[in-house]
Amino acid sequence: MMQHWKEQRERRAYLALEDGAVFHGYSVGAPVDAVGEVVFNTGMTGYQEILTDPSYAGQFVALTCPEIGNYGCTPEDDESRDAFLHGLLVHELNEPSSHRSQESLTSFLARHGKPALAGVDIRALTLLIRTKGSLRAHLHVEDTPLPEAEAVLRARAWCGLDGQDYAGLVTTPERYELNPGGELHVVAYDFGVKTNILRQLAAQDIRVTVVPARTPASEVLSLRPDGVFLSNGPADPSAVSYAIENVRQLLGRVPLMGICLGHQLLGLACGASCGRLKFGHHGCNHPVRELATGRVEITSQNHNYALSELPSQLELTHVNLNDQTVEGIRHRTEPAFSVQYHPEAAPGPHDATRLFADFRRLIMAR
Amino acid sequence: MPKRTDLHRILIIGSGPIVIGQGCEFDYSGVQACKALKGDGYEVVLVNSNPATVMTDAELADRTYIEPLTVDILHEILRRERPDAILPTLGGQTALNLAMELEEKGILKRYNVELIGASAQAIRQAEDRQLFKEKMLSIGLSLPRSGSAHSANEANAIAKSIGSWPLIIRPGFTLGGTGGGIAHDQEEFDRIVRGGLEASLNHEVLIEESLLGWKEFEMEVMRDRAGNSVIVCSIENLDPMGVHTGDSITIAPIQTLSDREYQEMRDDSLRVLAAIGVETGGSNVQWAVNPTDGRRIIIEMNPRVSRSSALASKATGFPIAKIAARLAVGYTLDELRNDITGCTPSCFEPALDYVVTKVPRFTFEKFPSADSTLGTQMKSVGEAMAIGRNLKQSLQKALRSLETGRAGFGADGKDGRFEGASDEELARELARPSADRLFYVRAAFRRGWDVERVFGLTAIDRYFLRHLAELAAFEDEIASAGTVEALVSDVALLRQAKEFGYSDRQLAFLLRSSEETVTRLRKSAGVVPVFGSVDTCAGEFEAVTPYYYSTYADYGEAPRPPRGKATIMVLGGGPNRIGQGIEFDYCCCHAAFALRKAGYEVVMVNSNPETVSTDYDTSDKLYFEPLTLEDVMHIYERERCSGVIVQFGGQTPLNLAEGLKRAGARVLGTTPEDITMAEDRDEFEKLAERIGIRQPANGIAHTVDEALAIASRIGYPVLVRPSFVLGGRGMVIVHQERNLRQFVAAAVAAGGGSILIDRFLENAVELDVDCISDGETTVIGAILEHVEPAGIHSGDSASVTPPMTLSPVIQERVRRYAHDFARELHVCGLMNMQLAVKDGELYMIEVNPRASRTVPFVSKAIGVSLPGLAARCMVGERLRDLGFVQEVRLPYIAVKEAVFPFVKFPGVDVVLSPEMKSTGEVMSLDRDRGLAYLKSQIAAGNRLPSAGNVFLSVKDADKPFIVDVARQLQQLGFTLYATRGTSTLLYDHGIRTRPVFKISQGRPNLLDFMRDGEIQWVINTTEPGEEAMVDEVQMRSQAVASGIPITTTLAGVTAAIEGLADKMDFGRFEVCSLQEYHRHLA
Repeated sequence: MMQHWKEQRERRAYLALEDGAVFHGYSVGAPVDAVGEVVFNTGMTGYQEILTDPSYAGQFVALTCPEIGNYGCTPEDDESRDAFLHGLLVHELNEPSSHRSQESLTSFLARHGKPALAGVDIRALTLLIRTKGSLRAHLHVEDTPLPEAEAVLRARAWCGLDGQDYAGLVTTPERYELNPGGELHVVAYDFGVKTNILRQLAAQDIRVTVVPARTPASEVLSLRPDGVFLSNGPADPSAVSYAIENVRQLLGRVPLMGICLGHQLLGLACGASCGRLKFGHHGCNHPVRELATGRVEITSQNHNYALSELPSQLELTHVNLNDQTVEGIRHRTEPAFSVQYHPEAAPGPHDATRLFADFRRLIMAR
Repeated sequence: MPKRTDLHRILIIGSGPIVIGQGCEFDYSGVQACKALKGDGYEVVLVNSNPATVMTDAELADRTYIEPLTVDILHEILRRERPDAILPTLGGQTALNLAMELEEKGILKRYNVELIGASAQAIRQAEDRQLFKEKMLSIGLSLPRSGSAHSANEANAIAKSIGSWPLIIRPGFTLGGTGGGIAHDQEEFDRIVRGGLEASLNHEVLIEESLLGWKEFEMEVMRDRAGNSVIVCSIENLDPMGVHTGDSITIAPIQTLSDREYQEMRDDSLRVLAAIGVETGGSNVQWAVNPTDGRRIIIEMNPRVSRSSALASKATGFPIAKIAARLAVGYTLDELRNDITGCTPSCFEPALDYVVTKVPRFTFEKFPSADSTLGTQMKSVGEAMAIGRNLKQSLQKALRSLETGRAGFGADGKDGRFEGASDEELARELARPSADRLFYVRAAFRRGWDVERVFGLTAIDRYFLRHLAELAAFEDEIASAGTVEALVSDVALLRQAKEFGYSDRQLAFLLRSSEETVTRLRKSAGVVPVFGSVDTCAGEFEAVTPYYYSTYADYGEAPRPPRGKATIMVLGGGPNRIGQGIEFDYCCCHAAFALRKAGYEVVMVNSNPETVSTDYDTSDKLYFEPLTLEDVMHIYERERCSGVIVQFGGQTPLNLAEGLKRAGARVLGTTPEDITMAEDRDEFEKLAERIGIRQPANGIAHTVDEALAIASRIGYPVLVRPSFVLGGRGMVIVHQERNLRQFVAAAVAAGGGSILIDRFLENAVELDVDCISDGETTVIGAILEHVEPAGIHSGDSASVTPPMTLSPVIQERVRRYAHDFARELHVCGLMNMQLAVKDGELYMIEVNPRASRTVPFVSKAIGVSLPGLAARCMVGERLRDLGFVQEVRLPYIAVKEAVFPFVKFPGVDVVLSPEMKSTGEVMSLDRDRGLAYLKSQIAAGNRLPSAGNVFLSVKDADKPFIVDVARQLQQLGFTLYATRGTSTLLYDHGIRTRPVFKISQGRPNLLDFMRDGEIQWVINTTEPGEEAMVDEVQMRSQAVASGIPITTTLAGVTAAIEGLADKMDFGRFEVCSLQEYHRHLA
């Protein structure tokens, strides 16, 4: 305990940001330095889902909820086969107390080789990002000393996420199938897909074939799917031009549903613009209005880029009530729709789960 | 959907007096509702009997009825006002029950009044145990095995079918779990079931399998009529199931549920609201979770704003009551803006980047014979909330906010009792939920017990225990520094200690230094707190409302630049307790309102989540912080305040006055020295002599012998008490040497310091005088005459203004003394005097140059905000310029009556004494004195009957007067019952009574009569201070338990008879709004 307290207060590890700011803490993950883009997530539960959400690849996630690790980790809550984010930043890290827990968060981080910093003034970091937007950073947790100025330079030297194809890095290397007995068949493009999306599709009595991000449209069609799903994924949608091209070819030939990156790809394929938000949406409390019904759903969100300037063939279906950004679109003539937020939740509220049934209905209507 | 345009006039029902289970949280919700609905253009009519509330201020509603909360009175108000709708969901269980009664009696239908916020159907679904259970099963939720019973026989059958002890018993339709309990065997079971059936409005109890030791959670849900729903706040109880959630330490947000478990609980909470049929508004849903397998069971839901909603509002910044009121008139969540961010809608779920801890405040010291074990019946009288950046900090801040003298989680030199416990006792106390359990947990960890062992005994989740264990261990880490100087030179360690929430007082204790030294050195080392905003969004959006908490971190947020001409700090009163409640919060709020209006920037500091003062729009800046010198000075310095007001928040801020002054703060108004002088016996005696008013003969003793000498000099009976008390703590009347010896010996043993002994003025008339002074001009607010004779704490006594029996000459003298004392004490602000009149002679009992408990009542009676004016005086304005130079003469009668918590403490005697026991008060107004008094009794829950059987039993001293009383009662049509002595006496005067056995004399005795509903009113007077007969205590307890009105003083009986006679003449009660009364003021 005493050694632990000593490490805690010495706060020798740190996060150096490209603007020169440095946030100190102590290392609670794997002892490897990393670079990445800092975002904050305001969700109050679900750290394990965040850690294993491939969409966070390339990012350091600062959790604004102060006490983390409380309920431990369990394989049941993994959202993918690995942890893809570049590092975790927290206020306090706790040992688990839960009947579900099979592993502490510290051990989870070590097992996945992910660096993490605790004892960080996350609120100050959050306010900084709110003011300056997402920032590149260098996380220093290794024992070898590193001057802060040097770390700042490394943060600046990093290329960042814009224009980067991270989907290609996190996608499944091989095609695989889920729920083989499903009535319908959907091919899901894995740009960094979350397990719960696949689970939700399967729950609609759908057989799901998950394919790598670069799978050509023709190959997908040759699988004779009843529908194609465009998954969530990390980084910049404009960098995955091959995927945009594939979507263009699939549109109108098979019903499409997209989530997050998949939503942006559908939009881009139809001629919408896509740009960076100042600091993105990362959390579980964003209100989204479904324009057709006026209903508001509390949604799970995780994105830095958003669609804008929708072309006439796209109908705006969902709007974020906090900042009026595009949250959902539908093609006016072809069977295709997508949402920016995460109806599969994990973590977050289940308000929008019925969108998967909507996809099923869209397929059945053909 | 926009607001409804078919509604014009809306009646809001308040929650009445403060009682255990229903505190000032409903003042907070009522104020928000009034403001919101008026702001939306509705005409608002309000009814509430509690004068100490801000909501009953004449400015808030269009018409305010300070009338008893009964169906009959509400009927009168409906007849008079013809509102379009009633909003019953913001006045606690009281309002909900009233609304249901109005509906069931067909009154709503007759006047075509709609219930908004919750339909009668939905209320029934949620409140009727059986209906609720069926509904929950129908949507697939799990419930404990249980059944509901309407008789003891039915109850036994259910107990058998469940087949295991312990069993939980909950009565239907009550508040705060009155009459419920946990039965471990048949005997306990029979007793609790009987109590529960009596306490329940529909004579129903629910009996269920025990979930003792399960984890307990709450979710605060808002729903609008479009079906949009959000969780405003999630709460986890540190104390596992078995302790009423109002008595539990609770933490927000939920700490130990994974996202999967949390979201499933959220889904089900929303489904519960939909199933119950809550169309709009806030509800709270409570859950129990089995820690070993996660099985989740629904406990209950409240289809209304609750105590938890107040906590949730303050914990998140989301104004639940305000939004609930607006949803009730048709808005949807997405149409309403989030005031905190100013730019996002209210349709969202607040994200917290801090930890909130609520700790209940108990007052078992007031009821020594009450069982201090916590169970399913709520016993706490208040609560403190604290916000910290981590759990440890939050918990330590909450504990030092409690006003129990603790500086945090132990380490303050007050743990002797806990650390000294034997292993056996420690184990027992860990297993027994009590107000002190947390300190036993600390003692266990200090003793080297591990988390598993403590978990085995307490069932407190290991997550919390690990934090507590770490705190207990960290004390050694601090102490290892050796000296304060060494600690301060290790800035990292000092900072870590502060991050863990240790106060300077704790550091001083651990390093054998003084708080002052620690503070000074700490500041010189640059270790000072930073402040964070409560912004509903964890920093995602900028907050426009300045609502702050302190923490220790790398960076803080800059304070918003002041907009006012100078910044004034107002210190609140901390958690409610007996003797210090909502009255002081009222004063603080009015100070804030008045100063803001006058162009000042007001900074409010308080730790009580139930209050209006901790509403973010009461002041310019709100700091939710412990009221300790350390915490307050940080804010004072950060905000560059030009002065601090301590005289409105009761004893809590007053205790800080001298420290604040020493630390460099400017204390506004009457100086701390003058306040102290009024409390110093010698100084005060000199002052009274100078002014020329008598005091009861008195003396100060430090030993038993000294006490006996003083008593024999001044003569028995005497009034004795330890020095420096508020709320009459430990004050008794002693008639004999033997009792004096006992009391003084006990007080000395408890380290009570000096003992004050006064000659007790028997049968004197007591007066309360509230006045205001700007240092030059003094104006009387009101002279209040107590109904009960001297010997009963002024807070427990009924009082009347204008005085009933005082001659104009005496009143003039009272006024003159008020001016003299105000001048001599250099009063700037408020002053309260307590006097007694005996045989035409005036005696000064005490003078308090600060806000008193009666200030809100007086302000309401005279239509002038005394605290508002006082605050203006304290910043240098003159009463002359403020237009208040003359005492207001009332053309009507105002009565204040106290309300007691006896029903929560079975077996505790209900007799009044110099020790204050009331939790709240009611007010009534009428042109007729008798009717005003009668209304006050009814409002206080002492529902005196107009006809029926009265049981009479009076002390010897009252015997001469009893004949008249009996005759009048008979004339009013009552049938009299009496025991042999009284019966014979009355018979000799030609008055027939029905004889009753005393309890010890045989059966059927009085208890049987009461149980069988044969007695409608008990009149039983006793000598204050005399040891009560077992018989009498039993009788009075039975009356309380059976809800039979009981009158314990002759003066009370006389006043009641006058009222009953007047009511008979007049035929019914008349209702009239406060605004109409005020129109008649000159």
